[in-house]
Amino acid sequence: MSSNRYTGGEIILKALADQDVEVVFGYPGGVTLPLYNDIYKQNSLRHVLVGHEQGGVHAAEGYARSTGKTGVAMATSGPGATNTVTGLVDALMDSIPLVCITGQVTSALIGNDAFQEADTTGITRPATKHNYLVKSTEDLARIIHEAFYIAANGRPGPVLIDVPKDIIMGMGEYVGPEGIEPRNYKPQINGDREAIEEAVDMLASAEKPIIYAGGGVINSGPEASQLLQKLVKMTGFPCTTTLMALGAYPTTDKQFVGMPGMHGTYEANLAMYGCDVMFNVGARFDDRVTGNTALFSPGSQKIHVDIDPSSINKNIAVDLAIIADATSFLTDFITIWNEKQPKLNHKAHEEWWKEIESWRSVDCLGFEQDSKADIRPQYALTQLSEALNGSDYYVTTDVGQHQMWSAQYIQFDEPNRWMTSGGLGTMGYGIPAAMGVQLAHPESSVVCVTSEGSMMMNVQEMATIAKEGLPVKILCLHNKVLGMIRQWQELFHENNESECDLSQGPDFPKLAEAMGFSAMVCEKADDVEGSIKEMLATDGPVFLLMHTDRMENVFPMIPAGAAHNEIVLGPNQKLVPADDKDNVMA
Amino acid sequence: MNNFYNDKVQDHTFSILVENEPGVLARVIGLLSGRGYNIDTLTVAEVDEEEGLSKITIVSSGTPMVLEQIRAQLERLVPVRAVSDLTVDGPSVERELALVKVAGEGESRVESLRIADIFRARAVDSTNTSFVFEIVGSTEKLDAFIELMKPLGLVDVSRTGVVAISRGAEPI
Ligand SMILES: Cc1ncc(C[n+]2csc(CCOP(=O)(O)OP(=O)(O)O)c2C)c(N)n1
Repeated sequence: MSSNRYTGGEIILKALADQDVEVVFGYPGGVTLPLYNDIYKQNSLRHVLVGHEQGGVHAAEGYARSTGKTGVAMATSGPGATNTVTGLVDALMDSIPLVCITGQVTSALIGNDAFQEADTTGITRPATKHNYLVKSTEDLARIIHEAFYIAANGRPGPVLIDVPKDIIMGMGEYVGPEGIEPRNYKPQINGDREAIEEAVDMLASAEKPIIYAGGGVINSGPEASQLLQKLVKMTGFPCTTTLMALGAYPTTDKQFVGMPGMHGTYEANLAMYGCDVMFNVGARFDDRVTGNTALFSPGSQKIHVDIDPSSINKNIAVDLAIIADATSFLTDFITIWNEKQPKLNHKAHEEWWKEIESWRSVDCLGFEQDSKADIRPQYALTQLSEALNGSDYYVTTDVGQHQMWSAQYIQFDEPNRWMTSGGLGTMGYGIPAAMGVQLAHPESSVVCVTSEGSMMMNVQEMATIAKEGLPVKILCLHNKVLGMIRQWQELFHENNESECDLSQGPDFPKLAEAMGFSAMVCEKADDVEGSIKEMLATDGPVFLLMHTDRMENVFPMIPAGAAHNEIVLGPNQKLVPADDKDNVMA
Repeated sequence: MNNFYNDKVQDHTFSILVENEPGVLARVIGLLSGRGYNIDTLTVAEVDEEEGLSKITIVSSGTPMVLEQIRAQLERLVPVRAVSDLTVDGPSVERELALVKVAGEGESRVESLRIADIFRARAVDSTNTSFVFEIVGSTEKLDAFIELMKPLGLVDVSRTGVVAISRGAEPI
């Protein structure tokens, strides 16, 4: 036989090499031992032994989101595979390209309730963009290359390949990635020209426009963010970006009105509510953005550009739909706009900006920090943002109040710098994601903002971070409670603090030290700035426990099921002028 | 556009050409059930052995918004080669087959034969006390026939569910 024949394990490693995979986050087990023997024998692929397979998948997500490349995770059969499920769904919801390789029991045993057998393809069918159970070693190389194609093309997502032990050990031919594309999977990249012309006309004739960009702009690559900026600049229109798209447009720019949705800014939400043309590129009208769909932006014409046809008219019916990749679309849109040189209604836009500025003047994110009072999380994160400003930094978060404050108070001028679990809202995402980011960017500052509840969900990855020598900084906003739960209980459930108290420990600095981190504590407002700077300046992995006000709530807030104009402001904010009857607050 | 928000539920027939790989039916059914869409009837069989293609026909009901989603979601599945919503994509033919078992004696037995004749149903099995009728036609025709058999001793029914195809020369 020709020299093109290899064991399944060797084929997996060759295919990963041909896909330019630098690092795999994995955990071995009985059925993947032959593969791990092959991993042992080579030096080109870095394998990071994680603490838990869920952490491995989140690490691969962090790697993917911060590089634009496809992340790779590995797990054994049964419990290894089931442990990946949360990470896979997380990646599916947030459109993160991943390939996850799981071992499976020997083909002959499948269906026999064999030791560590789980129906992995069955379990992960709704958790992945696509999955495979490999039936022959001869198919393995093609399937892996196809999986990488599917993960990264169209709307990205996780693809799982389940490989039985006999397939890993069997012999098969290796084929390279050239020319391997799944027969049916051909996402539409370029938008329909006539529709784009219509979009130009619609946006150009708007009196109260809003540009609403989503994660699709980031997924399309950094060029899309540049094009978005160009578009916003050349039109002079206000821009809002979703939680997933923070950084696609510089959050420090005047034309940026903040994030929309449940904890979005007052000005972004009222602009979404009051606009006459909504220009959505790569966002999906998520319910956390729209609030009550029946009352969502009632007077606007809506343009929706998405690479995924199933995103169109799913939550919100739109007037013009364009199926396209964001980069391609924005390129075409700008070209046609320039060709047409449309006359804009500057007077109307001036009025619109005046209105937006009046909303902005409410200063919905304003807060005061009394130096004698408990540390306010808003203050801590503002200080973090200022300390990072000007450096090369990435931020990951966990899920809860600290996540929303991070989104509100940390500034991002570039895409791929902000990693958060948006769609699934997975507590336990932040620490492993930071590990993946730091691996991809060893010289950059990588900060995970977390809180004591989320932190404990994948705390074991702190040990992995330390073991791998990664200088991840963890800022734990220590409110001693499941803050977001407490907030909802206060506001919507009779103020009964049911099962959310976390004041009983553990001793976090000790825990961090045991994991191999340097530990710091900050208890006073006056020390916030200094301790954050020290955390960033200290070599190696550092954990900073920042004691914060337990009773702080995230505002603004649109209660679930309410409309954008029913947004609730925080206690610091003054109401809008009384003549503005449209904007009554609940 | 506004008709999207009207929530009048309609029945649509989807024809789905899929690659005949393991789990493909589970994928299609799981998608519909996972997203809370209805499956009123479902049929599946291989239609092209050489290319390894199967055709799945699903009748589903929903609002216009849901029905558009069903098509878009099905098209997203990697092994799905083509999806047609036959109810909106142009004229089509729909057929269903039922096997209807009726047990009885005397007058009702004669009556069931007489009605079967009117409906062009064939007896494909008979004993002294029973018939199995085979009937082909639209869902409404089958429903009507089965309804008429009820007082005459209907004991069991098996139905294929709808199979459908577009009219004219074009494939799906
Ligand atoms: C895995 C998981 N379980 C439960 C939840 C529900 N949940 C959302 S926010 C939250 C509280 C988070 O508390 P913490 O991590 O301490 O952050 P804080 O809100 O205090 O900033 C909970 C329990 C979730 N998002 N993820």
